Amino acid sequence: MPVKNSQVNDFVVRFANVNGTGSASANFLFTKAIFRMGVYVTPKNIFPSNIQGLPTWYEVRVSEKGYLGRREGIDLMVCVNPQSMAADVASVNTGGYFLYDSSKNLHAEYIREDINYIGIPLMEMCNTAFTDPRQRQLFKNIIYVGALSALFNIEFKVLEELLAEQFQGKEKLIAPNIKALQMGVDYIQKNYTYPLPIRVERRDLTSKLIMIDGNTACGIGAVYAGATVAAWYPITPSTSVVEAFSSYAEKLRTDKITGRKNVAIVQAEDELAAIGMVIGANWNGARSFTATSGPGVSLMNEFLGLAYFAEIPCVLIDVQRTGPSTGMPTRTQQSDVLLAAYASHGDTKHVLLFPSTPKECFEMTADCFDLAEELQTPVILMTDLDLGMNDHLSAPLEWDDKREYKRGKVLNAAELDNTKKFGRYLDSDGDGIPYRTYPGTHPSKGAFITRGTSRDEYAAYTEDGAAYQRNMDRLIKKWNTAKTMVPGPQLYQDKNSFATGLLFFGTSTYSAEEAMDTLREQQVFVDAIRLKSFPFNKTVEEFINAHEKIFVIEQNRDAQLKSLLMIELGVDPKKLISILNYDGTPITADHILKQISKNQSPSPVLNKASK
Amino acid sequence: MTYIRPKFRHPEMPKNKLGYTLNYYEGALSTLCAGCGHDSISAAIVQAAYEMNIEPHKLAKLSGIGCSSKTPAYFLSNSHGFNSVHGRMPSVATGANLANRDLIYFGVSGDGDTASIGMGQFVHVIRRNLKMVYIVMNNGCYGLTKGQDSATADEGSKNKSGNVNLFQSIDLSSLAIELGASFVAQSFSGDKTQLIPLIKAAINHPGFSFINVISPCVTFNNNVGSTKSYDFVREHVEATATVDFVPEMKEITVDYGKGTQKQVKMHDGSSIQLHKLAEGWDPMNRLSAINAVQNARAKNEILTGLLYIDPETRDLHHLLQTSDTALNALGKEQLCPGSAVLKELNDEFR
Ligand SMILES: Cc1ncc(C[n+]2csc(CCOP(=O)(O)OP(=O)(O)O)c2C)c(N)n1
Ligand code: SF4
Ligand SMILES: [Mg+2]
Repeated sequence: MPVKNSQVNDFVVRFANVNGTGSASANFLFTKAIFRMGVYVTPKNIFPSNIQGLPTWYEVRVSEKGYLGRREGIDLMVCVNPQSMAADVASVNTGGYFLYDSSKNLHAEYIREDINYIGIPLMEMCNTAFTDPRQRQLFKNIIYVGALSALFNIEFKVLEELLAEQFQGKEKLIAPNIKALQMGVDYIQKNYTYPLPIRVERRDLTSKLIMIDGNTACGIGAVYAGATVAAWYPITPSTSVVEAFSSYAEKLRTDKITGRKNVAIVQAEDELAAIGMVIGANWNGARSFTATSGPGVSLMNEFLGLAYFAEIPCVLIDVQRTGPSTGMPTRTQQSDVLLAAYASHGDTKHVLLFPSTPKECFEMTADCFDLAEELQTPVILMTDLDLGMNDHLSAPLEWDDKREYKRGKVLNAAELDNTKKFGRYLDSDGDGIPYRTYPGTHPSKGAFITRGTSRDEYAAYTEDGAAYQRNMDRLIKKWNTAKTMVPGPQLYQDKNSFATGLLFFGTSTYSAEEAMDTLREQQVFVDAIRLKSFPFNKTVEEFINAHEKIFVIEQNRDAQLKSLLMIELGVDPKKLISILNYDGTPITADHILKQISKNQSPSPVLNKASK
Repeated sequence: MTYIRPKFRHPEMPKNKLGYTLNYYEGALSTLCAGCGHDSISAAIVQAAYEMNIEPHKLAKLSGIGCSSKTPAYFLSNSHGFNSVHGRMPSVATGANLANRDLIYFGVSGDGDTASIGMGQFVHVIRRNLKMVYIVMNNGCYGLTKGQDSATADEGSKNKSGNVNLFQSIDLSSLAIELGASFVAQSFSGDKTQLIPLIKAAINHPGFSFINVISPCVTFNNNVGSTKSYDFVREHVEATATVDFVPEMKEITVDYGKGTQKQVKMHDGSSIQLHKLAEGWDPMNRLSAINAVQNARAKNEILTGLLYIDPETRDLHHLLQTSDTALNALGKEQLCPGSAVLKELNDEFR
């Protein structure tokens, strides 16, 4: 008999499905039920770039301690896809469980001595209970959720509630779903010992949280920030940003009587057109954004340079995926950092924000609009597939009703009347940020030509090298002003006190924090910083100066953030040790810990050099 | 170097209804080659805007890159301009128009800017029926990069270096009609009498209006054998009709022969009057327009004038159902749903 692993509220379940078979909503039901039972849970979709017929996995980590990063090792595998069965059997932890459809006998080669098998004749049961072919396929998924609820001790009542909510208005569908759930429960109760030693126990840890994906939070953020024009071209994993924006704007910005909308959304012919529309709309005084992924950012380069040089606000949400080229389009990565930071030819630099939770996706999307208009430049939100397309437990989205839109330095007609001579690119305030005017403001003042060619302070075309250089230097002054305006980093200590530091950003955060906990348990002490933006501000510089060695954690092959630190802050590369993850799956704490220990354990000694 | 026109003008210069003289509608002094067709088109734009009593600041001029795309600097200096990137003016105009439906959007492009690098955006801006004027200053070559053949150069025509163009040309007007553009006209930079009313009618049109203007490049494409040269165009032009744009309806006093005149009533009470109609052509019938253009091409003629118009067309704002208030005029009160609604939204994710 294999051992039976036993962990309460601390395990990983993986579902191996075939895409396009309706498994997604069943799996979501399972995850949500655990969330409703008050226990931290974090699901990850691992899906192919395909619509129907290929293997897809859904991985759910349950963690009483609140670790929301991915964890290696499967405690229970739900395998309803014969295609991937060999690999699925192999991936189960020793002492773990393998739940499969026993309508057909399991092949001998799939039998491992060190794991436990739970066979349920899903197909047979479905064929007996349901006649409609679509129902037979769909309810197979619901039956295994029922079975899991018995195995894990998930409260049936919670599942019933969730179904009632899901099928509000389509009540007819509730009964057959409950029937299927019950079939799963009954089968387990009749044939197996239940609950398993790994199981869920009710807690009160999640009642203040919401479960939402980052892209939806971005979409809502754009609604709250007052975006009125969105232009986009479909690309995974960014599509759902505009879909969310569109559905919330539709709901919240349509006049109930006339049906007229305070929003315009255009599916463009490509990403070039999408960013062109965004630039045109922002130029004309509307808040406008687009969302895309790496291939789209590549196409947008020329326009981003125009917006940088002509100083037009624009907001771009880059939901990063695995490159280069088409790469692994449905896998995650943080590999557009350098592309985005320096997008376009010539000397260009762009403001980047790095959210790491859905709440930050919401807030930082709104911040992007303020920053873009205050700085009159493109601002790029660097999220990724993991954050964007997976559900995450998150603090609720928050909006302060006192918050005003910061529209930046825009002169109205009265102000123009009081201006002797308007100079679009004059640095009147000494912060590198000039004043703009919108078209249509004043009959005789404030008009100028926006252009990507060099121009003088009064927007007149010039090829005078001195004037060109003055302008480029002013743009750097503006860049330095940006450092004081972008969201600063999160420090994990009041005072930098150890010789070693961890530095990370975006979706590496969950796993980095988990790794820090483990290090602490091992009496290994480090300082840590989470970056939230580029350009790097003083605090980042100080953190780096205060440590002898810094582990830079990121999810790409070429250590792009490390390069950025070296380029922008002149950091000695020897000081920066990369911890990289680039297989397309979200980084794990284990991976971080292994890399740290390979590079000698960080010194627990107080760092005398700091301060 | 920027050339600024001398400010002094004769005090007795006539003024339009707004009290502006013609020179109020001019721009900076052109830096294009002397005799460039593009300058004549700029002059026609100035004249049309003056005669139409347009508030310059209520018009935004947009362009791509090329000699042609430089011209917004040379007309309407009191209008905001946007000299964008090569071939992408339509997208910028689309965004600008969506942001503020209350301005006139005046786009200028070249044949390289439109028929090659910008073909995709050209096609799609037509498809969306964006309310804008889109003028192609068509010289059959890339002026700014020194005379290479463009996609509108005629097959068999010789460029400055004596090379014969091997490829079929793209006929932008036929294409625009085919794609469903609701206003398509064709003209010649040297024919102000025809061009000015066409520009006026285009500005007044409630949807996308396209004017393909043959505009000889005196430096690179005005040689014998070029179908975009002054001489060739002068000799091969055939007009659909004499065009007149009448801002408000008024009694038609001149009487042309029966069957040779047509009046197109516009949504706002203005009208386009056409006299001496070409045979077998009806400006409101797409098929007849396509036929007329193709017949002329077959005869090696360039058909000019208003080719096609659908005065009832509905633009992108109508299709998207955007509010009457310009989107850029909306503030937090109209746009931000507030914290109470956000609470409800949060609850949907519990
Ligand atoms: C992306 C890009 N590629 C190439 C160029 C170089 N370029 C500038 S203008 C031009 C052609 C312009 O031709 P056309 O639009 O016909 O204008 P014209 O000068 O003839 O009026 C080209 C290829 C550019 N500016 N940008
Ligand atoms: S090169 Fe040709 S198109 Fe350009 S300005 Fe000279 S004449 Fe005009
Ligand atoms: Mg040309």
